[in-house]
Amino acid sequence: MQSTRRPKLAVWKFGSCDGCQLSLLNCEDELLTLAGAVEIAYFLEASTAVTEGPYDLSLVEGSVTTPHDAERIQEVRATSRHLVAIGACATAGGIQALRNLADVGEMTRTVYAHPDYISTLESSTPIAAHVPVDFELRGCPVSRHQLLEVVSAFLAGRKPLVPAYSVCQECKRRGNVCVTVAHGTPCLGPVTQAGCGAICPSFHRGCYGCFGPTETPNTAALSDVLRSCGMSGPELVRIFRTYNTGAPAFAAASAAAEKRGGPR
Amino acid sequence: MPSRESDIATPRLVIDVAGLQSLIDSLRGDGYRVVGPTVRDGAIVLAEMSDVAELPRGWADDQRPGGYRLTRREDGAFFGHSVSAATWKHHLFPPEVVSWQARVDTEGIHVEAPAAPARYALLGLRACDLAAIAVQDRVLMQTAHPDRDYAARRERALLIAVNCAAPSGSCFCTSMGTGPRATAGHDLALTELVGDGEGPARSAQVPAGAERNDAGAGHRFLVEVGSERGAAAISALRASPPSASDLDAAAAVWSSAAARVDRSLDTAGLPGLLMRNLEHPRWDLVAERCLSCANCTLVCPTCFCVDLREAGGLDPRHAEQHRVWASCFSVDHSQLHGGSMRWSARARYRQWMTHKLATWHEQFGTSGCVGCGRCITWCPAGIDITEEAAAIRATDGLTGPPTRARG
Amino acid sequence: MAPVAYRVTSRTRETEDTVTIGIVPVTESIPTPAAGQFCMLYAPRVGEVPISVSGVEASQSRLLHTIRAVGAVTKALCALDVGDVVGVRGPYGTAWGVEAAAGGDLLLVAGGIGLAPLRPVVHEVLRRRRRFRRVTLLVGARSPDEMVFRGEIASWQASARMEVRTTVDYATAAWKGDVGVVTTLIERLTIDPEVTVAMVCGPEVMMRFAAAGVMAQGVAPQRVLASLERTMQCGIRRCGHCQLGGLFICSEGPVLPWSRVAPLLARREL
Repeated sequence: MQSTRRPKLAVWKFGSCDGCQLSLLNCEDELLTLAGAVEIAYFLEASTAVTEGPYDLSLVEGSVTTPHDAERIQEVRATSRHLVAIGACATAGGIQALRNLADVGEMTRTVYAHPDYISTLESSTPIAAHVPVDFELRGCPVSRHQLLEVVSAFLAGRKPLVPAYSVCQECKRRGNVCVTVAHGTPCLGPVTQAGCGAICPSFHRGCYGCFGPTETPNTAALSDVLRSCGMSGPELVRIFRTYNTGAPAFAAASAAAEKRGGPR
Repeated sequence: MPSRESDIATPRLVIDVAGLQSLIDSLRGDGYRVVGPTVRDGAIVLAEMSDVAELPRGWADDQRPGGYRLTRREDGAFFGHSVSAATWKHHLFPPEVVSWQARVDTEGIHVEAPAAPARYALLGLRACDLAAIAVQDRVLMQTAHPDRDYAARRERALLIAVNCAAPSGSCFCTSMGTGPRATAGHDLALTELVGDGEGPARSAQVPAGAERNDAGAGHRFLVEVGSERGAAAISALRASPPSASDLDAAAAVWSSAAARVDRSLDTAGLPGLLMRNLEHPRWDLVAERCLSCANCTLVCPTCFCVDLREAGGLDPRHAEQHRVWASCFSVDHSQLHGGSMRWSARARYRQWMTHKLATWHEQFGTSGCVGCGRCITWCPAGIDITEEAAAIRATDGLTGPPTRARG
Repeated sequence: MAPVAYRVTSRTRETEDTVTIGIVPVTESIPTPAAGQFCMLYAPRVGEVPISVSGVEASQSRLLHTIRAVGAVTKALCALDVGDVVGVRGPYGTAWGVEAAAGGDLLLVAGGIGLAPLRPVVHEVLRRRRRFRRVTLLVGARSPDEMVFRGEIASWQASARMEVRTTVDYATAAWKGDVGVVTTLIERLTIDPEVTVAMVCGPEVMMRFAAAGVMAQGVAPQRVLASLERTMQCGIRRCGHCQLGGLFICSEGPVLPWSRVAPLLARREL
């Protein structure tokens, strides 16, 4: 580092579970080196000590679900030189984007005794729907290795090396037996972006699509495969409606499955 | 088919199951890590082993486009299955290796000598696997810039082939001239003869007439020596010379295996056929089904594309480059100035298939395909390279939009 | 396959995003590159990229590389200072084959940074000028500020030992040369097709038009050479990224005759 001051890092939370921020804290060994390279200026999950902005790099976790947050993200963007959206909530709206397909007003009235106290938006949207975003890091939660790569890349003034190919590449490099081909287990791996190291197939479960759609997802073809694994119509709709339900390719795939119907 | 007479020059002997265990023990004693097939996660995979009990005894496999299932055999054969799920590339050309590492400072780049890779004895290679290794030898070693890691692993490896008795539904080695019998490239080649000395039933692969030849013999292996290193590996084993009935039984295994290969690929003029049909509508049809998931390239024993990645970590004085399996199905495989030369799935599938079956000849003087069938089995969408080639051949010269709508 | 350490001894800014670095061996040196070849340059701890050799001073084993900052590695290379260490592998690839054109006419057509791989040709020609008949260099750039080696181009023009024409897409008030794409300059030339070898280098679309323009004047496609560019990681025919049809551009190229290249470039997404 040639410059005299360390870049200021800020970590922000919107509509989220905090899991992505936690990934940063899970960096353990690398955290010290990281703390040497950047000034962790605003990171409420780690410390209440706060340095004022502007910030060189802001990591934003969570989606926008309230009018207050819709304003707040504008402020975060204005005070950040670079803004990186981290996690499925920030990049696709999260699992809470299921509200986009339903009537959130009705849900509120069902759940709360005094629904008039609740101020929430009709839909859960990703950060990029509100402000320009410099990079989107997928995952639910994000991979801490990729998170460190994003911060390192920013420090080096280059684009992060985060591959957009499928989970299958990580699965095969690991030497896993394909759960779909050998067990008939439905798996979203072929249309899901790599990053997790193919964890679920390594434990004989199908991929849940946590890292969102891969670079050119052929969800129509994969839906055929999932049906041949015995997935019913409703199951097919549901499998695309989880953490990345709001990602356009997955939303389209579930809508197509819903329209097609099929065996219950 | 090679006759028994022409094989007379090949040193051969017969060992029993205990002899196979002795071979494994002696190899391990010599510092080899023995890798062989075993059952795990519902498939035949390759793993380090020390005991014949770890082999997939009594297991067979049913392979088809997009499907793989283990099945049981009656005869207790150790190698009665066909090609393993993953390839032997995991040991000779691993998914990720350090290609070089160095200390960097103001005085220069000080490359550190690499650690020597492990010595592997690969037990259970099929003829197609051997052919694939020969193809990778050409690509990675017979060049002006050989891959140092591959060459080191290759030089240290002992290759023990097993002749197929039960090719699977995906196999088409006979079309590619690569099997099912191992004829070159092995240090040792085993042919399993189950006989009737053990267990209730003999190998289903031995045709009727040969049963008499196998009568009264136990579970044993005909061992053919393919090299001096192979000869040395078995020199201390207790073994017997093969009897006439041993040789007859083995020949029966070889011929019935070849007869059982059901799938075929017409290779006549195949490179020219594909390269003059680059705009054939079949590419559009297969692109509708193709997931661009890269599974075919990663289970293919000859695919060699890699990424070279900087992996120095956070220490500013350390530089390290890793060689990592890559695939032409990745969009950025052909990325230039922010755009990919092959953006569509159609273009990427076409690249893979035309490289494997056509341009590989131009580049390396052989086909890139050895007919192992893994790409057919492990494609989740069940795309079959032999079917695609046949479809193009049947409509050579066709242009215009695809005629079959997606159903 | 590890890079060899070289040290930066000079750094010249050519345009806003292009820098030429001069490098000499720290201890071990690579073989002298021929005009048209490239090296894999390694920015320590960042990565490697293929960069054409844009000049050679063989007596000092000094190599010149002209680099445009478009990505992480090229940015890092452009940021190197005099005294910094850089890694080098090579030289790789096919050469222009300047000597093979001796006795005839040479037509060089450069677009943008495509002049960099052609500059060693000019140097070689000027060293042995009498071995060639007419030598013509056409240089195109988007604007005067984006033209590389402007000072040197002027000296070549002034030397009168070769014909030099320059053109830009967007002129400034001070610009004295032509305006328009470089291929329009080809139409105005008088070419003797039987004895001409054309060497073209620049963006692919520019090379297509330049080759077409030269062939329209009767030059056979075997005598039109182009320098192709594809993604390269190894530079030595092993990583598979640079393939175009059956050609590995790092080894069977980057310099290739148009007769071989045209059918491949004609295919969409090959």
